[in-house]
Amino acid sequence: MAGTIIEVTDLGKKFTLHHKQQERYTALRDVLSNKARGLFKSGSSPATKSEFWALKDLSFNVNEGDRLGIIGRNGAGKSTLLKILSRIVSPTTGNIKIGGRLSSLLEVGTGFHPELSGRENIYLNGAILGMSRAEINAKFDEIVAFAEVEKFLDTPVKRYSSGMYVRLAFAVAAHLEPEILVVDEVLAVGDAEFQRKCLGKMKEVSEGGRTILFVSHNMAAIQNLCTTAIYLKQGQLVQQGPTDQVISRYLSDAAATARVDLGARKDRQGNGAIRFKEFMLTNDRNEPIAAAQSGSSVVLQFSYEAPVPIRDLHVAVGIDDQYGQRITHMSNDVAGMELSTTNRNGYVSIRIPKCPLRKGNYAFTLFSRANGEIADYLLNAGTFHVEGGDFFGTGRASDDDQGAFFVEHTFEVV
Amino acid sequence: MERVYVQIEPGSDSQYYWRDIWQYRGLLLFLAWRDVMVRYKQTTIGILWVLLRPLITLGAMYAIGWLFGSNVPEGVPRILMVAAATLPWQFFASAFGESANSLIANSNLLTKVYFPRLILPLSTILVSLIDLFVAFVILLVLMALYAYMPGWEIVFLPVFLLLALVGALGAGLFIAALNVKYRDFRYVVPVIIQFGLYITPVAFSSSDIYGNPNIPAAIKTLYACNPMVAVIDGFRYSLFGGSMVINWPGFIISTAVSLIMVVLGVWYFRRTEKGFADVI
Repeated sequence: MAGTIIEVTDLGKKFTLHHKQQERYTALRDVLSNKARGLFKSGSSPATKSEFWALKDLSFNVNEGDRLGIIGRNGAGKSTLLKILSRIVSPTTGNIKIGGRLSSLLEVGTGFHPELSGRENIYLNGAILGMSRAEINAKFDEIVAFAEVEKFLDTPVKRYSSGMYVRLAFAVAAHLEPEILVVDEVLAVGDAEFQRKCLGKMKEVSEGGRTILFVSHNMAAIQNLCTTAIYLKQGQLVQQGPTDQVISRYLSDAAATARVDLGARKDRQGNGAIRFKEFMLTNDRNEPIAAAQSGSSVVLQFSYEAPVPIRDLHVAVGIDDQYGQRITHMSNDVAGMELSTTNRNGYVSIRIPKCPLRKGNYAFTLFSRANGEIADYLLNAGTFHVEGGDFFGTGRASDDDQGAFFVEHTFEVV
Repeated sequence: MERVYVQIEPGSDSQYYWRDIWQYRGLLLFLAWRDVMVRYKQTTIGILWVLLRPLITLGAMYAIGWLFGSNVPEGVPRILMVAAATLPWQFFASAFGESANSLIANSNLLTKVYFPRLILPLSTILVSLIDLFVAFVILLVLMALYAYMPGWEIVFLPVFLLLALVGALGAGLFIAALNVKYRDFRYVVPVIIQFGLYITPVAFSSSDIYGNPNIPAAIKTLYACNPMVAVIDGFRYSLFGGSMVINWPGFIISTAVSLIMVVLGVWYFRRTEKGFADVI
């Protein structure tokens, strides 16, 4: 058995949130005025502060040659963990011992300069990622071949298509040869074929005995690449173990929340003409249910707040399977139904008379437009669970792992 | 674990810091090279700017010195006297200004990759140093025109160049670190540079100040607190040798200010750099 290469002990990272200001940096003016106010009012703190632990009491080990997947919902502390491991930010408590050279890829193309040519950017980016000039020279042809940009080597990258740009950026990073490689969700960019190529490259890299830490929301990619995984929730370790077990724990955890609080989400876009506050599943009698069931009717209910009545409301819901693949998309525009609001509070419900989804966990993305402008857009807004059911009403059990959905059909032999 | 390569803990990680700087020396050169390359690609007259900027300052300062009749030692053309101060001043101004801005200008790097943060201000100073070497052409041409040959004192020139570098680095690091948290300092830098040109002996000479009986001693001491005073007096001494008289008390104060600034600058930078990525 290989030895430990990363040892994380009681790691914690605290952020202090200042409620008063929007910017993260302070202006000297505020500091001075707060100090001045403090002179007259002793004992009262001027700005409301609250503490937030992005990571707390986190301990785990990684063995040499492991491919470790790090999973968890948005805000679970995955990125903070990677940033601490990469030495970009410093932890508040605990320590990490690392037994090798570590390179991290938190973003593709960090430090790329649009004015410089592809060739120049390879050298610059390589240096930024910690490669020596000799290393880059040795790998140069391989990088260029991998990125498929031979013809454009001397063109400034500002003239590259976004696909070429990403390919070149990933190619440099993929040819790093550290003992430990830390990769954030960078594969979300690029086309499907290139993503496969990148995953393949990462697998190849790790088979050379290197250790990889990989963060992704794409469970298929994690399953494909990683041998072990850890599951983080609100900054704490829930489970560490073989990838399949950790993923199923994560997914079942996600399903336990049949009601999803949407109001507290900060990662939303839109002008706020409408704000979705909560999601739940109900039956036809408007009673909340824990899960939908294949073949039964189900209502997706989204409660909202809209301060001003909206004449022309557009709502769309995209449904993804547990691997992040879009399964279907429902939109009142496409379905030819006009929506508008009159009340300040209410709910939008989507009734599916015969749920075609097979047993499993599904995630949804919520999008809305009020009078032509994006009003509320929540990527990966929440998840729900579908239990297996008798779709065809024949009383026969169906195979739950035969794909993602049912299709009404008839057979005939002529 | 067989060997611990890096240990990450709250607070400073000084045990690896200088080793890391050495390991990342390649990055230092690449970043400087990037800045130079980008400038030549974005400008049409490229290298000429490096000459044009000091030439304009030189012309203006020459005119002012001539109008007010500042002191010029015997046998030294006034234009050479002014050029010997314009070059180090221009170096100081650009090294200080660019390094003070270097962290916020590269904030995307700070939040995405690790490297010793000192690399960023150092690389901008390297760029200013390259510009200075190019601008030295001006001085060489002027000396050739006036058939002026510097004496053996020229060997001290690198020492004073180092002093200018130390002063610019100290001030630059301090402001760069402050800039991350208080963006106000971005607006302070141009003011310091503009004001600095008035109190630095570019158009005039230190002997105009020290030798003037009408100026109170306190003002003379205050004048000497400008780190560029020692640098420029030193440059002029290296180039014009015996005809320059150095005011030693003033020279020592000015040098000491540079050294104190660099110690404070490095100390403050090192103390705050762990939090740069959190606040930038």
